[in-house]
Amino acid sequence: MRLRTFEGGIYLLGRKEATQNKPIEDIPLPPEVVIPLHQHVGPPCDPLVQKGDRVLVGQKIGDTDTFISAPIHASVSGEVKAVEPHPHFTGTEVLSVVVVPDGEQEEVRLEVPDQDKLTPDRVRSIVREAGIVGLSGTVFPTHVKLSPPKESPIESVIINGCECEPYLTGDYRSMLESTESLIVGLKIILMTVGAKKGYFGIGVDKAEAIKRIEDLTAREQNIEVVPLDTKYPQGSERHLIKAILGREVPRDGVPMDLGVLVQNVATTIAITQAVREGKPLVERVLTVTGPGIKNPKNLRVKIGTLVKYLIEQCGGFEGEPGKIIFGGVMRGEAQFSLDVPVVKGSQGIVVLPKEMAEVSSPRPCVRCGRCVKVCPMSLIPIFIVTYVMEDKIDEANAAGVLECVECGACGLICPTEIPFIQYIRFAKNILLKERKT
Amino acid sequence: MAQEELELVVSVPPHIREREEVSQIMFWVVLGLLPATLGGIYFFHFYAIKVIVLSILAAIATEALFQKTRRLPTTINDGSAIVTGLLLALCLPPKVPWWIPVVGGFIAIFLGKQIFGGLGYNIFNPALVARAVLLLSWAEHMTKDWYTALKVDAIARASPLFLAKQVKLGLFQVDLTRFYKICLFGNPSGCIGEVSVLLLLIGGGILLWREIIDWRIPAGFIGSVAVLCPLLGMDPIFHVLAGGLILGAFFMATDYVTSPITPNGRLLFGIGCGAITILLRSYSILLEGVTYAILFMNACTPLIDKYIQPRRFGVSKGK
Repeated sequence: MRLRTFEGGIYLLGRKEATQNKPIEDIPLPPEVVIPLHQHVGPPCDPLVQKGDRVLVGQKIGDTDTFISAPIHASVSGEVKAVEPHPHFTGTEVLSVVVVPDGEQEEVRLEVPDQDKLTPDRVRSIVREAGIVGLSGTVFPTHVKLSPPKESPIESVIINGCECEPYLTGDYRSMLESTESLIVGLKIILMTVGAKKGYFGIGVDKAEAIKRIEDLTAREQNIEVVPLDTKYPQGSERHLIKAILGREVPRDGVPMDLGVLVQNVATTIAITQAVREGKPLVERVLTVTGPGIKNPKNLRVKIGTLVKYLIEQCGGFEGEPGKIIFGGVMRGEAQFSLDVPVVKGSQGIVVLPKEMAEVSSPRPCVRCGRCVKVCPMSLIPIFIVTYVMEDKIDEANAAGVLECVECGACGLICPTEIPFIQYIRFAKNILLKERKT
Repeated sequence: MAQEELELVVSVPPHIREREEVSQIMFWVVLGLLPATLGGIYFFHFYAIKVIVLSILAAIATEALFQKTRRLPTTINDGSAIVTGLLLALCLPPKVPWWIPVVGGFIAIFLGKQIFGGLGYNIFNPALVARAVLLLSWAEHMTKDWYTALKVDAIARASPLFLAKQVKLGLFQVDLTRFYKICLFGNPSGCIGEVSVLLLLIGGGILLWREIIDWRIPAGFIGSVAVLCPLLGMDPIFHVLAGGLILGAFFMATDYVTSPITPNGRLLFGIGCGAITILLRSYSILLEGVTYAILFMNACTPLIDKYIQPRRFGVSKGK
């Protein structure tokens, strides 16, 4: 049988061998944590603590009244050393709370009702109070996603278990090690939005995870495990929906327009932990990996831990490091400093050694058409880039630059090393600014 | 950790490559042309070697000289000049005087490529530009300098398309099945690279397997010839096998720079090439239709790129 997938895309080397069979490890408390007060889409939080305060694990240290936002919690117990701007993985500075752990790890939890008295509204408020956001980089506040408007009811919920980024294995390990929480999480989401059907979309390279979830959901009529082709970017929301339901999200639309809600593995597990145990989001699973790391690992990490500490915990660098990437190698952000903290959306730290950290030296396009072939949105990436180079932003818009999902497949296979994403982001920035004004 | 000493590269994603360099692509194209090249050398001996070497050297020298005089970075190591020179040689008769491949190589790179701005910017296939100029300027050499080292009869000694014209005019009769065999396995008369359709198909197969070329162009090309011939009362098998059509369909029309960039555009491009080839072969006084058909379709490429685009994701077909 042909596996369900989407058109376009590219078969990448998974490069997951280093960590896929390593269980998730806990690490000793870091000497300090730096918790940014802006870790979600939407306006930043205001600090609720000041220098000198003692905070507990799970204590809210930042919040705001805006609907599209999520509170921030302390991930360690200890003393607030400072509330000040601090470098952030996006390259900017963000107001952050610096906490020096006292080692007690004394915690506060949210109040949760009996599981049989759970109502959709109650789930939404717990999820918000727990500060849960999409844990895959998009960091959209989860309680907002769980509050669909009446006119577009959710029919299907898809759990995104693709993890199609090379090197990263955190979701895979979580699917194996927290299978039950994952399934409970899906059920909580189904109940909250009133959806009929739940799907697990998992790449066939994660056969063990597919099997484990299938075994545990065999009796559930409304839950289906869908094995998917391991093509990149299968984990893109739109392409996941296309593969599983055969339907395309309209280009100006969102999954909700089709009555679909997509949630990633880590988020789903976090929902279970919040709703069942009252645990706010203070840690996450991530992969510290890459050929530039001595001992790659899957780690459970306190939010706010600095990258340099994680690298130390993994035996340090292997050879001379050339590039430190927050996220995956296809979509992640290269860092210029090791002093940036892990945030809710951090799925991995990938270190590439010097010889793999090349800077592209673009040459004229030879029109090989490979970018057209791999574009999952069926755009013509080279035309868009050419328009941007010629400063024709309106033409780039007409050619669909805003539809680009920035998967990076075009840049990966381009024989002349054209930095597609650079031009595309440039044009998107201009267009989005124009749209706002 | 001595962070001050770290020299970290900061650039946009993606941060890994799984790409083929232009030079690797060109390597595969040369490899794809190798069976036919060796076949040409087998049939035409030293004459073929001379033409091939001169043509490639002229192409490389022109590229190097042009870029040197204009103080541009040299691109001869990307392999594209070698491909152009080889392609040109393969569509020349073996016994042409030594200066024909030299002038051809110069024209291909200078007029066909560099004056447009070099690789990626040229509108027409450089090797075919050169061939068209040579055909018009020295028709005598380009259509008569056949050679055969084998002892063969009158049929095999004449260029197939030349014969076809004569057959069509009722000048004399030939046994067509013998013709097919000759074209398929080794027709010891014709251009250097056109001697065996089989060898060309082996090379074309390599390029398809490596996904260097898009199947849509040769399929459209050969398919439209096969469909149009019977409609015009011509023999489709003969026209597919004869006159460099296979060489053109797999190696000339598939040139990235001068063919459309989208899948459907490429299919249309191939169909156009086939249709024009057949129209030229049946209605014009020219013997050779493939060269002009591809050049004509090269000119249409920007138009095809503009109007034949894929349906974008999330856009309904009606819109």
